[in-house]
Amino acid sequence: MASAIAAATAPPTGAQHSVLLLRRANDYLAATLRARYRVLSFYDSGAPLPAFLAASAATEPEPPRAALVVGGGAIRVDAAFLDAAPYLRCVVTTAAGLDHVDLAECARRGVLVAGAGEVFSTDVADHAVGLLIDVLRNVSAADRYVRRGLWPVQGDYPLGSKLGGKRVGIIGLGSIGSSIAKRLKALGCVIQYHSRRPKDTVSFKYFHDVISLATESDALIVACALNDQTRHIVNKEVLGALGKDGVVVNIARGGNIDEAELISALREGKIAGAGLDVFEKEPVVPAEFFSMDNVVLTGHEAVFTTESGSDLCDLMIGNLEAFFDGRPLLTPVLPK
Amino acid sequence: METTASSTADESPLVLLVQPLFPEFAAALAGRYRFVLAADADPAAAAEARVLLVPGLAPVTAQHLARLPALELVVGTSAGVDHVDLDTCRNRGLSVTNAGPAFAVDSADYAVGLVVAVLRRVAAADAYVRRGRWAADGDYPLATKVSGKRVGIVGLGNIGSRVARRLAAFGCAVSYHSRSPKPSSPYTFVPALLDLAAGSDVLVLSCALTDETKHMVNREVMEALGKDGVLVNVGRGGLVDEPELVRCLRDGVLGGAGLDVYANEPAVPPELFGMDNVVLSDHRAVVTPESMRGVLEVITANLDAFFSGRPLVSPVQL
Repeated sequence: MASAIAAATAPPTGAQHSVLLLRRANDYLAATLRARYRVLSFYDSGAPLPAFLAASAATEPEPPRAALVVGGGAIRVDAAFLDAAPYLRCVVTTAAGLDHVDLAECARRGVLVAGAGEVFSTDVADHAVGLLIDVLRNVSAADRYVRRGLWPVQGDYPLGSKLGGKRVGIIGLGSIGSSIAKRLKALGCVIQYHSRRPKDTVSFKYFHDVISLATESDALIVACALNDQTRHIVNKEVLGALGKDGVVVNIARGGNIDEAELISALREGKIAGAGLDVFEKEPVVPAEFFSMDNVVLTGHEAVFTTESGSDLCDLMIGNLEAFFDGRPLLTPVLPK
Repeated sequence: METTASSTADESPLVLLVQPLFPEFAAALAGRYRFVLAADADPAAAAEARVLLVPGLAPVTAQHLARLPALELVVGTSAGVDHVDLDTCRNRGLSVTNAGPAFAVDSADYAVGLVVAVLRRVAAADAYVRRGRWAADGDYPLATKVSGKRVGIVGLGNIGSRVARRLAAFGCAVSYHSRSPKPSSPYTFVPALLDLAAGSDVLVLSCALTDETKHMVNREVMEALGKDGVLVNVGRGGLVDEPELVRCLRDGVLGGAGLDVYANEPAVPPELFGMDNVVLSDHRAVVTPESMRGVLEVITANLDAFFSGRPLVSPVQL
């Protein structure tokens, strides 16, 4: 393939390959990258994106053939982006999701895409379970209550609800969904799921559609990718089917849930509570949630732990090195 | 047709109460037993009573017990019975029952919830987002991974064994300390608490409070657990030297704590209120509507067993 041949040609002795950095880098990442590559940092440049990409074409001795991007809506690797950076042959994304990369466009142009593999799976799963326990057992609400000095004054905070025996419906049984299932099984929950196709390697009950899953679940956990089919996969009907004792946990993408309908459902007591790590317009969180005690809110941090940060860094460097050496990517998304 | 009133000719067994029953319990047990508040008992009732039922954590002292010469059984309604003078019970040959496994699952679930909440800073992050700071000040700082952490459990009974199983599913390496090793347990037994603390990232307390275990978590243990270590207590506040805990947290000697119990409930040391690396709860680990029903079943089973001469369901070893 042309891109692989081009990449395998080493730059002149002493020079480093150039890499576009299109995300804010923590110290560890920045240092690790700079030790190996000539880093062209978008956020440091202060220029608008099109100007930055155009200017990068003039890099000597060669323009950057690889770019590191992150999700969260800041930068979309779409047709316009790729048109502005035709020299790019490899995109390494550090996000758990891929909804910020137009995979069809990348495939069309033969641009390689490396993902985050399973680096995040355990941390996201841990956080999802933490959110579920929190919502059902009022952990954060009780913490607020005690901190306000109310325990001696008003007595015990109201009872939470038992985890054991709860039917938990997982939407999307990939690496993250499976890790969640494993943890919740040990907590005595009954696991069932919906995904595009049933998985014959698991014994959990499969539901063809989300409404049936919601009807027979006490809790829903959204762990699927965000794409055209899954936008608002949790909508008004699904929330209605989940019911007034049901709770929903979202560690996927804000767009997977109809946020306005969720707020209504909570306000009207149509569902019992929610644990949310993601929102439709991060970092803006609808203020209506702030006064709800039956909701737990975290700022898109399910993926981030100090340990996963360095694991991720190692993976990104590994993918970049594989690309520049002409070897297969470690965690390829494209080519499939 | 008239129902037969049977108040004066009541055949139901007499059970003295240290304090009034929860309304749900009173309703469920009505008609099966004759309940009299110990403080209101006339001399005949005090002389006759064989069973004392202890709702909640009301203290049962040697003085209380001395007034009841016919007493044979003290029925607790909680997981821990350190509020009962067990020495006196032992000396008099009394039996004592606790809530048995009724609370174990919910306590274990809550302990896990606290472990995740402290390590991943869930409650603190929630407070941060709720105050609108995510949009204003950017991401909340990174927390630390749960999976793969080394967990040390103190007390591998009903609650501790369930905590172990749950955290093992998170990929945590589980070890434990208890009075004696449990041969049937797959986890590593560590004879000395200090060694367990030194070799753990998270220490979970789920043992009884006794003279031996009082203040077992002292400064030395907290130093061994260390500046990145986390203490989770769903046992009893008295297991920990609380003023020392506050100092260790304040000075960064200990990394964090998840506390469901305190030395003087409901008083919580106010220095903890300003700490982000601490999660506080109001002694609620045990309580869910389902576990309350579970406790009722255990109490009823113990009372029935006693009055029909069968073995007790959840006797405490004195």
